[in-house]
Amino acid sequence: MTEKSQEDIDRYLKGDEGVDSEHEQWIGRHIGYRYDVNLLPDYSRITPFLQKYIDFMGWEDLNWLEDVHMGYEEGRPAVFDRNINGWVTVPEDWDLPDNQQDRDMLARELLVKFQNSERHPLVDLKKAYKKF
Amino acid sequence: MARVEDQHKSQEMGLHDEQLTGRTQQMYFRVEGEEERFQKPFDIEVDFDKKAEIDAENLSATEVNREIKRLMMDGYGTINIKNPGAKHSMGVGFLNRLNLNFEGSLGYFGCGLLDGPNVNVTGRVGWSCGENMMSGRVVIEKNAGSTFGAAMRGGDLVAKGSVGSRTGIDQKGGTIIVGGDAGAFTGFMMQRGRMIILGDTGKNLGDTMYDGLIYVAGKIKDLGVDCVETEMTDLDKHWLQNKLSQYGLEAPNGVENMTKLTSGKKLWNYDNLEPTEKKLIL
Repeated sequence: MTEKSQEDIDRYLKGDEGVDSEHEQWIGRHIGYRYDVNLLPDYSRITPFLQKYIDFMGWEDLNWLEDVHMGYEEGRPAVFDRNINGWVTVPEDWDLPDNQQDRDMLARELLVKFQNSERHPLVDLKKAYKKF
Repeated sequence: MARVEDQHKSQEMGLHDEQLTGRTQQMYFRVEGEEERFQKPFDIEVDFDKKAEIDAENLSATEVNREIKRLMMDGYGTINIKNPGAKHSMGVGFLNRLNLNFEGSLGYFGCGLLDGPNVNVTGRVGWSCGENMMSGRVVIEKNAGSTFGAAMRGGDLVAKGSVGSRTGIDQKGGTIIVGGDAGAFTGFMMQRGRMIILGDTGKNLGDTMYDGLIYVAGKIKDLGVDCVETEMTDLDKHWLQNKLSQYGLEAPNGVENMTKLTSGKKLWNYDNLEPTEKKLIL
């Protein structure tokens, strides 16, 4: 594990950076999902994989992935997969970027790769329960 | 964050003694060893350059939907449907990448439950177009009825004309774009996602919205409960310009003069049950 990944991942909740947004200051409370769901994607930070994915799908922007953010589950960075109603946890040895926009792009890429993997739980579920 | 903890009076009332039983699956996934693929293993392989046409004049909606699926199985990625005749429930439930073009108007519940396709409708649509849409793009060239994009979760849903009341009711994600006016209770109980309205809005805009963003270019009749105006940022302006240009739309007075609305969160009680509740509701 690298030195960077040993940093406190909740640091964005404690200081002035990251998800401790002006909106939270304004409403006087912490937003429950531990990230600012209103954060719009900064397209200048899109990854090459995500660009290839949206080109393949025939879209002109991130489409549904605009709503995907890097969250935290039980003290670890993770991305929520709505198809399994569960969290995909970021591997421990990954270095997380130091800003929310880059972390969100990483979360989107991880989620697309997971959902399109042969190891995704839906593959087995489809075999077991497919009706049509 | 001490200030936040102070607000949790529900703690003192014992509400947190209740243990919720949400289902959390911690998936440890490594991308190493995965080949680069852009669709799910069970998706149908289609080629956008392979085109087909369906004349729906003498077919029921069910027969049209079945014919679309049959063509997809044969690899057709671009399908034109002529004479849709405003039938209800057309183009519903496709979970695959696909170009689908309707030359005419659709009835109720058109293009619902989509997850992937890009749809164009040259005419109008009835109630509940794009309901429960997950991803992809639906573009309506003219007007749409009430509950446009109800419970939508992702993707882009665009009506270049005006839309009826309760547009985006219970919206949970994605983007709804309205070129004209929007009716009363637009954004009612909105939970996440974004909405862009280039015309005027009716009464009770964003009533009881929990989260999400609404941008309005025209006049707002009035705001619903807990919907408040907030500051437009440079990222908002950049995103709006990019999104609107995709569909050949422009804000009448420029995106910088649009009004940005969000939830005031005075009625927001998620914190009380967080973090256990988030496992259930996301």
